[in-house]
Amino acid sequence: MSLQSPLGRVLGLGSAKEGTGHWWAQRVSAVALIPLTLWFMFSLLSLPALDYATVRAWLSFPMSGFLGVLLVAVSTYHSYLGTTEVIEDYVHSAGMKVLSLLLLRFVHVLVGGAGIFAIMRVAFGS
Amino acid sequence: MPARGRPTSPHLGIYRWQIGNSLSILHRLTGVALALGLLALCYWLVALAGGEQFYAPAAKLFASPLGLFALVGWTFAFLYHLLNGVRHLFWDAGYGFERAQRHVSGWFAVVGSIALTLSVWGLIWAGHRS
Repeated sequence: MSLQSPLGRVLGLGSAKEGTGHWWAQRVSAVALIPLTLWFMFSLLSLPALDYATVRAWLSFPMSGFLGVLLVAVSTYHSYLGTTEVIEDYVHSAGMKVLSLLLLRFVHVLVGGAGIFAIMRVAFGS
Repeated sequence: MPARGRPTSPHLGIYRWQIGNSLSILHRLTGVALALGLLALCYWLVALAGGEQFYAPAAKLFASPLGLFALVGWTFAFLYHLLNGVRHLFWDAGYGFERAQRHVSGWFAVVGSIALTLSVWGLIWAGHRS
């Protein structure tokens, strides 16, 4: 017979108190990405060429830079949410799971941050 | 987990493959591919900000056979993930669960994304030739 109380046995086994937060954030960012990604695709398609001068001139427009920053930010967030779900589903050992989730978070902030900073450099001409 | 022989789901070994689960798996695969595409996008932006001497090798890489293959793949991954994602959003809102609706919307996502990928790259190819 265990001396553990019924309460002690279930503590930490229940809800993580996050509820539908992850699910909802994924849906909201998905909706935001519909116009942002379509804008990006049609913008690139409408450029006469994708050489340095043309792309740089296009991204120097305030509206391109603004929407570009939003695109990279929301994509990074959505990608982070999605790949986190994949790791949580397939990586089972506790240590590897924490390690890969941490790595995933660092890589996303790094890549998204670099992309946003790059757009700002083009926008502000530095 | 207690060793009580509890049933596990969804028994992939005996699961009958059909359009529903195949498209669900493809949604996740294209999502992971697009996460790598985000890496490529940000590399391209950083190269653009770095100046012509950084943009030239990036442009060369994307125009290489492997680069073009990846770009076509990312185009398909994006368009499929977009169309099937809208399908998921309709489900989340409570619509489109009937068997016929699921099949029609599923095939629409597959055929639509392939057709749109071909259209996009047809446009690029036509623009390149003129």
